[in-house]
Amino acid sequence: MSINLQALSAQLLVGLINGSFYALLSLGLAVIFGMLNIINFAHGAVYMMGAFAAYFLLNLAGIGYWPALILAPLAVGLFGMVMERTMLKWIANLDHLYGLLLTFGLALIIQGVFQNYFGSSGLPYAIPDALKGGMNLGFMFLPIYRGWVVIFSLVVCIATWFLIERTRLGAYLRAATENPTLVRAFGINVPLMITLTYGLGVGLAALAGVLSAPINQVRPLMGADLIIVVFAVVVIGGMGSIMGSIITGFALGIIEGLTKYFYPEASNTVVFVLMVLVLLVKPSGLTGRAA
Amino acid sequence: MTTITENAIPSPRRTVKDEMVAFAIMTALLLVVPLTGVYPFFVMQALCFALLACAFNLLIGYGGLLSFGHAMFLGTAGYCTAHALKVWGLTPELGIVVGVAAAAALSVVTGLIAIRRQGIYFAMITLALSQLLYFVYLQTPFTHGEDGIQGIPQGTLFGLFNLSKPITLYYVVLAGFTLGFLIIYRAINSPFGEVLKAIRENEPRAVSLGYKTDQYKLLAYILSGTLAGFAGALKVFVAQNASLTDVHWSMSGEIVLITLVGGLGTLFGPVVGAFVIIAMQQYLAGFGQWVTVIQGVIFVVCVLTFRRGVIGEIAHYFKRSL
Repeated sequence: MSINLQALSAQLLVGLINGSFYALLSLGLAVIFGMLNIINFAHGAVYMMGAFAAYFLLNLAGIGYWPALILAPLAVGLFGMVMERTMLKWIANLDHLYGLLLTFGLALIIQGVFQNYFGSSGLPYAIPDALKGGMNLGFMFLPIYRGWVVIFSLVVCIATWFLIERTRLGAYLRAATENPTLVRAFGINVPLMITLTYGLGVGLAALAGVLSAPINQVRPLMGADLIIVVFAVVVIGGMGSIMGSIITGFALGIIEGLTKYFYPEASNTVVFVLMVLVLLVKPSGLTGRAA
Repeated sequence: MTTITENAIPSPRRTVKDEMVAFAIMTALLLVVPLTGVYPFFVMQALCFALLACAFNLLIGYGGLLSFGHAMFLGTAGYCTAHALKVWGLTPELGIVVGVAAAAALSVVTGLIAIRRQGIYFAMITLALSQLLYFVYLQTPFTHGEDGIQGIPQGTLFGLFNLSKPITLYYVVLAGFTLGFLIIYRAINSPFGEVLKAIRENEPRAVSLGYKTDQYKLLAYILSGTLAGFAGALKVFVAQNASLTDVHWSMSGEIVLITLVGGLGTLFGPVVGAFVIIAMQQYLAGFGQWVTVIQGVIFVVCVLTFRRGVIGEIAHYFKRSL
């Protein structure tokens, strides 16, 4: 078959962008799971809240894209920390599955409230002036904003990896994941670290939401289906390794983009099918420890 | 580590007599319902969801496996029964057989994949598998996509019972529910059920005693999926349609909610939960999206303060098993 390079590279770019969101979201899920031992089902809802926060900042306070890139994740992260302190904290000693059920309930509440006020249709969010337009790369036309999303996500992912794997704070974090009681005995405030970790994970999801606002529009249910794909990404990659989550996220985005070009009917399902294949070949996930 | 149903196991000794009495009361109440003037459609719908939740509860309550994808059995059996009745023109009993067989086949395939991981991963895998199926049903022509299969003929069961008469349909659905309930009751009280509970409490020890735990879990999963399919097949006769709603993840969440409200790991909890949640949906139907919010609030409240559920609390108070 003849390959239309232009169309193929366009789909690859879409795949890379989706991969950026998968990476940011699964990274946050892995960080939260490491510290709190819960799977945050509300991750899709806070991703949506990030996009809405950017929308509110622009339309209610006149604050544009660049400040929103910092303010929205901060605000949503703070909201997450309140959730952790008021609710998640109380089920810390119970079975992991209760965390899943509680955050599922929280996701229903958040999405239901937004749907009630904003319906199901999308709200527009304009691309910032500095990133408008595109570049002709010869083999394809690259919209600058889309290129920015991919590069910026990659930078944030690497920065998070650096924070956790290469700094003193990250060392405390990893130590507290292994043995919270012992780390506490060294005089480190582990409950505060848990709260901040949840805030970090939620903030990463909100950041992905801000990045996606100009591309996918701002919709109350924008995270509802996405989170299920991210769960499959997490099952494929395993949650044991930060770098593993990042690489798996981007790789699956690219594979999804290729599927959109070669066999579009399967583009919705390819990640789930890959999950099945990985489970059959290597049940513990590509990088994960057995669970 | 605490297990998810720890709070739901009220008493170490089983009180079979109490369960018999409770079963007799439940059956008697359900038998007289058509005489009381309660909207029969509501009760039939609740019975289908009750059976569905009982099947789900077999897996979580006695096997410790949280499936977040049980809607796939409901929807698959629903579509297959609906297709068999409407397009192939089969009789109701054969339509049910087709639907249940499809759910059974699906549970074998998905079970072999899902039981490769435990706990939190099991929940995510079942959710992902049901989402995979959702997209398949969205695209395959026989499900008619967004429209679903509508106007399904109800027919005459065994050539004797005219299912388009509400009162006949009611007793047929009740008989189906009771059959499913008794199968689950039998499974729980069999040696198989005891091994299942042992695996839930301490899998490594069960392995060390020589039990092939994966086979037990798979069997529980298949039984649960097949009975959930039976509920889906019955639901086709009540609702007379089969649509994508039944395969959606929010339906799986609803099944979890029903069981959580009634009491995880209790025999009668899912039945009570089904009536509570379906009644709530009926009364709040006019509130639109707020129903989702209220469901979310119930989830949060149940997990934070009411983990035993309605029946679990009653059983705990009287120190009985129900």
